[in-house]
Amino acid sequence: MTEAPRGRSGFGMAAPGRLPADAGPGEAEGSQAALLPDDALLPDDASVNLAAERKAAGIDDLLDALDRELVGLAPIKRRIQEIAALLLVDRVRARFGLAAARPSLHMCFTGAPGTGKTTVALRMAELLHRVGYLRRGHLVAVTRDDLVGQYVGHTAPKTKEVLKRAMGGVLFIDEAYYLYRADNERDYGQESIEILLQVMENQRDDIVVILAGYKDRMDTFFASNPGMSSRIAHHLDFPEYSLDELAAIAQLMLSEVRYRLSGEAEATLREYLSRRMVQPRFANARSVRNALERARLRHANRLLGEPDRAWTKDDLMRLEPEDFLVSRVFQAALDGRGPEGA
Amino acid sequence: MRITQGTFAYLPDFTDEEITQQAQYAIDNGWPLSVEFTDDPHPRNNYWEMWGLPMFDLTDAAGVLYEVNECRKAYPSHYIKLNAYDAHYGRQTTALSFIVNRPAVEPGFRLDRQGGPGRQVRYTIHPYALDKPKGDRY
Repeated sequence: MTEAPRGRSGFGMAAPGRLPADAGPGEAEGSQAALLPDDALLPDDASVNLAAERKAAGIDDLLDALDRELVGLAPIKRRIQEIAALLLVDRVRARFGLAAARPSLHMCFTGAPGTGKTTVALRMAELLHRVGYLRRGHLVAVTRDDLVGQYVGHTAPKTKEVLKRAMGGVLFIDEAYYLYRADNERDYGQESIEILLQVMENQRDDIVVILAGYKDRMDTFFASNPGMSSRIAHHLDFPEYSLDELAAIAQLMLSEVRYRLSGEAEATLREYLSRRMVQPRFANARSVRNALERARLRHANRLLGEPDRAWTKDDLMRLEPEDFLVSRVFQAALDGRGPEGA
Repeated sequence: MRITQGTFAYLPDFTDEEITQQAQYAIDNGWPLSVEFTDDPHPRNNYWEMWGLPMFDLTDAAGVLYEVNECRKAYPSHYIKLNAYDAHYGRQTTALSFIVNRPAVEPGFRLDRQGGPGRQVRYTIHPYALDKPKGDRY
């Protein structure tokens, strides 16, 4: 049914020397078949090598990279693998003429801050592009401000413009629950939600919408917008990271910027993380990044503090315990002050 | 009489898929597209009504086709054209413009002759559609 506006052949005027578009053999197969490089259908008794298909689509590198570069998140990775498998099998099925309805891939990512929702959304866009579900595979990240207008009649064009920009790729709505304000029934957010729903339903070929936010607030959001909930097939809950996973994330982040931890510093960092985790406003990977950024500052300062010494390449890369120990997280244990900051 | 204005005017009307491909070509060149419509097809009528603002920052032509279809829904029997503007220094002009929707019946134009001083004759063309008031033309 989403194909309906597509098949329009001219404007009721038959083109000379050309069949009307809806008489073409490829049309009936839907957009899946149109994506294939060779349009010819395979005979019924043919067989296909799925491993080779996987390789041709190039998803293996992507899934490997996902495994390597994202620590933990086992349930999320499993779901991504399942989605990749489904789309791949759909593609092969289409080659046998077994056209299936295009699966709906609108998603909802819930989880605490810093658990990798945006990162996974980026990878998802890339993956969906590789398996041929999306034409471009870019990600447009927006919040309420980008969708909802400030006066009557401002919201619809604003939302539509964002949707148009995201077409062919993924629209990532961060903190989507702000779209709906239960306390104000004249809030323009509702209008924006209606347009979103309409496009999510009618333009499924063109856009994948991913909503993201905290679990409990998203649940309230869906409770007051049942239409939205039912149009989202995949609800993914991002688990909080364990201490080991946070330490692994720290190592990964450091190796990206060519730093490393000395043996003692590793223990200090774990100690730091275990203290920071129980404090308020802990934002998982984001807090780890902030801690490392501050450690780098102190490291640089430490090196400059001894101008007469000659520093080797290793010194420039190695973080020591004292780079972490100055942190307020450790001080707080002494005088009971708040976390975050210096 | 079939109006021939803009690019591709002598080709058969484009299908949606062909429109998308042309729009994608424009997007890939960095030309923002805009949709305009009118019910006055006089060749000197340069200022068609704008259907929304020009579409900047698009990556995929699906958004353009969406607006074209929205415009068709609102004005099914008007002329609708798609303009692609090249903002690059040294060009700064419309790079591509073609009609994507036209009325089922196009009455065409008549030639008016006006007698001037002496035996001079001035010619002008007049769209039959313009005999009716705005909104009732097609």
